[in-house]
Formats: sequence, structure tokens, C-alpha cells
Amino acid sequence: MTRHDRRRLGIGLLFISPWVIGFIAFGLYPIAMAVYYSLTDYDVLREPVWVGTLNYQDMVTDDVFWKALWNTMVYATFSVPLSLILSLLVAVLLNRSIVGRSIFRTCFYIPAIVPLVAVGMIWIWLFNGDLGLINHALSLIGIEGPQWTGDQHWTKPMLILSSVWQIGGSMVLFLAGLQDVPRSLYESADLDGAGPTHQFWHITVPMVSPVLYFNLIMGIIGGVQEFVKPFVMMPDGGPNRSALLFAVYIYQNAFTFNNMGYACAMAVVLFLIILVLTWLANRMVSSRVYYAGD
Amino acid sequence: MRAKPLTLLTRNAPEPDAHRLMNPFGPAHVRLLCLPLLACVLLWCGGCGDRQPDRTPDGRVIVDYWEKWTGFEGEAIQSVIDDFNASQDRIFVRRLTVSQIEQKLMLATAGGNPPDVAGLWDYNIATFSERGALTPLDRRLAEAGISAEDYIPALWDVCEHRGRVWALPSTPATNALHWNKAMFREAGLDPDQPPRSLAELDAMAEKLTFVEVVRDGRPVQLYYPELTDAEKAAKHFRLLRVGFSPDEPGWWKHQWGAWFGAELWDQDAEITADSPANIEAMRWFGSYTEKYGVANFQRFGESFGEFSSPQNPFLDGRVAMVLQGVWMYNFIDKYAPTLEWGAAPFPAQNPGVLEDVTIISCDVLVIPKGAKHPDEAFEFIRYVNSREAMEKLCLRQRKFSPLAEHSPSFIADHPNPAIGVFIDLAKSANAKTIPQLSIWLEYRGELDVAADRVFDKLATPEEALAYARNRMQWKFDRERRRWDMTSAKRQEEWDAQ
Repeated sequence: MTRHDRRRLGIGLLFISPWVIGFIAFGLYPIAMAVYYSLTDYDVLREPVWVGTLNYQDMVTDDVFWKALWNTMVYATFSVPLSLILSLLVAVLLNRSIVGRSIFRTCFYIPAIVPLVAVGMIWIWLFNGDLGLINHALSLIGIEGPQWTGDQHWTKPMLILSSVWQIGGSMVLFLAGLQDVPRSLYESADLDGAGPTHQFWHITVPMVSPVLYFNLIMGIIGGVQEFVKPFVMMPDGGPNRSALLFAVYIYQNAFTFNNMGYACAMAVVLFLIILVLTWLANRMVSSRVYYAGD
Repeated sequence: MRAKPLTLLTRNAPEPDAHRLMNPFGPAHVRLLCLPLLACVLLWCGGCGDRQPDRTPDGRVIVDYWEKWTGFEGEAIQSVIDDFNASQDRIFVRRLTVSQIEQKLMLATAGGNPPDVAGLWDYNIATFSERGALTPLDRRLAEAGISAEDYIPALWDVCEHRGRVWALPSTPATNALHWNKAMFREAGLDPDQPPRSLAELDAMAEKLTFVEVVRDGRPVQLYYPELTDAEKAAKHFRLLRVGFSPDEPGWWKHQWGAWFGAELWDQDAEITADSPANIEAMRWFGSYTEKYGVANFQRFGESFGEFSSPQNPFLDGRVAMVLQGVWMYNFIDKYAPTLEWGAAPFPAQNPGVLEDVTIISCDVLVIPKGAKHPDEAFEFIRYVNSREAMEKLCLRQRKFSPLAEHSPSFIADHPNPAIGVFIDLAKSANAKTIPQLSIWLEYRGELDVAADRVFDKLATPEEALAYARNRMQWKFDRERRRWDMTSAKRQEEWDAQ
């Protein structure tokens, strides 16, 4: 590297220094400290005491940790594919030339911009076992609705159902992807006699597969980290901790029980879980994704 | 017409100077570089630039006071602060209303920038003091001549931990049975005779419970005792009104053991959540869903509105008896002024042995560690704890005074007609405080989960409490190990303060 190159590198680094400094101060440093605190007994007020892997060992024997992990996996397993399928279907329907299309698009997108705390408060009333509109609607067709918030078997389905409502974000991405599909493909499929179902499976799905892939990865990351709605709807985890999600348990440990070291260790584990799930999804799906440019 | 391309260099602008572009230290680059650097400098300074002055224009020291109260409770403390400020030429107290005060105070103290005075709850004292977040008050109390004799004994006890005093009470509370006299009358009970034992309470609750059952395809509404044995066993009815629910409001379900003479901790190293008396209390707690049905109670509970609303089930006449605190009068007065009610000590399981049981708690004033004006802060706390100021605060907040003596007119002036009951309970030998444990919040949460499992018939009292005990013993052992490692250093620090 010549003197000139070095000087240019220095100037380049200087130019990006605000971002680099910001990233180190607000990104890298907190992450590194979280990893460090995960190896200590730390309650925010006292000096951290080094305990090695004790927090991680405690996690193995902590029933509530496993319960929270199980709840989160059940939640993500159902809510991610459901949201994905529903948002793709809605996007396909809204991509057709129908009357009032832009109004429908707006309506379906609005839930995505409503503050999550407000959404949580509204859902808890909708799911009320005695006065809720959902049970009222069920009673009109002769079904006695369950105690969504009181019965431990129904709290997770309640969270999953309420998450499916907010598909606006992924729907918009699907819409953008759908508009890139060349019309000529559908026209030639029409000529070859392919019906709407065949066209959907053999043209639409492969052509929007990059968006599908992106939404899947983001869905997994978001689903496993889900916090705000369960925290607002059931701050203590619901009956028998049946709706205690992983991120809520981290919050409880960090800010209610002052077990910051333990909470950091759980955050590190959550990070590893997301890493593994994303890697798995990547391995299983990426070879099936079609990029027009390839 | 074609749109003009978006570019900064218009055709008429002079060609950029090739030499200047090549020379990276030209003025344009310097200007560009200066901007982010300037931003960084401003950001850096921003952190220290928003400090408020710690003196008023007339030279008085400003004492920052964080308090959680809002509404009429906030106005009550403000009027006491105003009196204090008017009496002072040296100190000025500035109140800031803070929500989620525990978390914010913890972070502010850890960050080295706490307020001078903070209003916490009694259950924070063990946690905060043990972790070195509070200033011990012993030396200042001795200098001011304030001692245990000045206070209701249980309230002084909750301010102590590890042999030192960490706080002074502000407004205390005890809880008692509140009953709806009109509902008693309607059910054929004497409206002026509350239950005197738990067995009597259960029997009265049964007579007061009003249900809807389907008979021959038609809904029929009647009192619970009028149901046939088969209907009672099948539990296929809907609760419209209940005499009593041990899960309403559910704020003390971790402490029902108090009415059975149980303790949650042996004052040393053992968590005693599954002691026989606690198991018995939990069995009584679960007996209500045993009798009236889990799903029936769940559905009934779902129909309640917010606590602070006219849809509160006690205020709208759907629950005849509740365990509630001294503050309940405020809500009756606001949302159901015509309610005919009374308050009496909540009956114990064995009234001959255990009388006047209550859970006593209080809001407290503390000086966080690292406060900039601890002496001035103490001056203010001391003022609030003078009889005159304390009675003003407690009258306006409609609570009772934590001081051992109150002025002769206090009860007569008090708007709550039952205030005497709460004062007598506070002075009772069976006024129970929360266990002074630094893991109490977690312990309380665990006991609540255990209680819910029993109430929902997911576990027996023995199973649920043994699980809670094991889990909390594990946490407590860890906490004690930690304390053993740091206590010598902590005691040294406290001695120096």
C-alpha cells in the first residue's frame, strides 16, 4: 500500500467515522457487554461478579426457561407460516383489477401502522371470554367460545390469531414482487390451457420466491423475538405461564427481578436460536428461490 | 417535454476544478468533514448540557423528589411540598411525577444521577438497600430524635433491613373485609353482621351467590342453595353474582396464609411456602372453584371492568364481599356513592386464636445512594413525617397516619367512615408485613402462579406450593451466597454514610 493509498484509506475511514463510532458505541459495545454480563451475576446496581457459565447451567434446570422456549416455538411455528400464506393470498387477490383496489390495499395495510400497544389492548377486549366480540360472533353460529385469556390451552392460539391480523408489511412486499412478474408468462400459460391454480403454483409462487424467502427469514426473526403484544396482553405470562414468551421472560428477569446477568445469558441463547433457525431456513429454501437475474 | 435530469451540476455551472478534486485537503472536503465531527462534538456535549441548575434564583438548594402519585394523591403531596417550600429559605423541593418509578430509579441510581428523594413501596426496601442503592438513615434519625416509638410498630419494621433504617413511611394501608349491606339484606342475611370466621364467610358466600341455570330448556335465576344437588355437582350454571371470591381482586392471593397463621419465610435461610398452614390456606383458596366450577369463575371474572371504574364488581353489586385496602373508600365515593357498605377485619380461619389479621403495607420516602443533597433531602422527609404535615397528607389521600399518635380530631375529620377499623388493624399484633426478602417480587410472582394453578385445578396445593418453594429456595440460596460475598464491604460503606 503506497503512502497515497494509506492516506486515501484514512480519509475514507474518517468519512465513515460517524457511522463506525455510532456502531461501536451503540451496537458492538452493548452486544459485547451483554455477552460479558451473561457470564456474571449482575443486578445493575452492584458490580458484576464473574460466575463463568453458571447462568447457562441454571438455564438448563430452569423449568420456566424451557416453558418460555416451548411457548415461543409453538407461537412461531404457527404464526410465521400462517402470516406468510395469508399475506401472499391477500396480495394475489389485491393484484387483480378489481373495483376499489387501492381502498382494499389501504384497509389491509392499516393494521401494520397501528401502534402495537393499542393493538394489544384492543385484542384483549375482543378475546374477552364473557363480553368479547369474538365469542359473541361464535355464539351467533351456535358455538360457545372458549375462555381465551383464562384457559391455558387457548392463550397461545389467541396470540397466534392476533398476530395474523398484522400482515400489511409482508403483503406490500408481495404486491411489489407480483408486479414484477411478466404478464407474458400468464398469457402463454393461458394459451397452454393452465387454470388459475396451476398459474399460481407454477408462475406466481416461483416468480415471487425471493420475496417469499425474505418474508420467511424476517418472519422467523420477528416471531421468535415477539414481545410487545404478549407483554401488553399478558404481562405475567397468562394462566400457568402458558403465554409467557421468551422475550417477555428476558424482560421479567432483567427489569422486574433484577437478574440482569441471567437475562443477558438468555438473550445470547435467543441470538443463537435465531442464528440456527435462519441458517436452517436458508439451507432448506435458498436452492428453491428463483432470481430472474441468475 | 423531457424533465430536466436531477443533478447538482447544471450545464451553466463552471466545470469543477480537476486539481481541487484530486487534492483531498481542499476546502470542500474540509467543510464536509467538519460537519460530522461537529455533530459528534454536539452529541457529546448534549449529554452534559441538559443539567438543571441545583439552586433557585434566590439561592435555595433544589431537592429533586420523584414520586409515583398522580391525581388527587399527587395534589395532596404537592400541597405538603408547597407548605414546606413556604416555610423554607434554604431548601426548595421540586416534585416530578414518575411512572414505573422502581425501574427508573434503579437505572438512574446505577447511572449515578438519582433524585434526592424518591417515593417507593415497602417491598422495594430489601431489594434496593441490599444492592447498595439507598442511603441508610440511622445517623440522621438519631440526630433528629426520631425513633421506632414514634410509629405504628409494623410500619417501622418494614423500613428496617439488615439492622438499619432505610426509609420513613409516607402513607400506609391495611386491608379489611368490605361488604355490601344491600346484597346481604336481599339474601336474607343481617346487613350489620359481617362473618366472624372463615367458615361463616364461606357459608354466607354460598347464600349470597346468585346463578342462572337452564331447567327444561328455560333459563332460571336463583340463589345457589336453591340448586338441586345434581345441578350443584354438574356445575352447569352461570354465576351472575357471587358472595365472595378469594381471587377478587387477587392482589393478596400469595398471602392468604396470613389468615391461617402461616409464614412465607423462617426469617433465616428457609423459604416456607409449603408449610402445612400455607397448604391449608391454598386448599381453602381452591375450594371456591371446587364448589362453583373453574370455567364458571373464569367466565365471571372476564365480565369485570377495570378496577378503577363503575364496572368494578364490588361497586356494581356483583361481588358481595371483598378483601380491599383503605383506599377502597375513594373508589366507592367516586363511582358508587349510594352503595351501602361496611368494613370489618377479614375473618381468620381460627378466630379464637387469630384476631384482627391484616396485610399492612406503606409507601415510603428514601434517599437514593449518590443523591446530591442528602441532608436537605432528609430535612424534607423529616418535615413530611411531622404530625401536622403527615395528617394533612393522609387526610387528603384518605389514608391513616403511620405515626403512633394521631390528633384527637383526625378520625372525626376523616372522610372514610370506617377509618377506625383500618387504624385498629394497623396496630394489631397480627398485622402482617411482606417478608423482607430481596427476592420478594419474584417470590410473589411464583406464589401467584401457584395460586392460579390451584384455582384452575391444574395442580394440588401440595404440588403447586412445593414447586414454588423449590424454585424460590434455589433463587434465595443464590442471593444469600451473593450477600455473603459482599456483606462486609457493604456494611463498611453503610458505616461511612
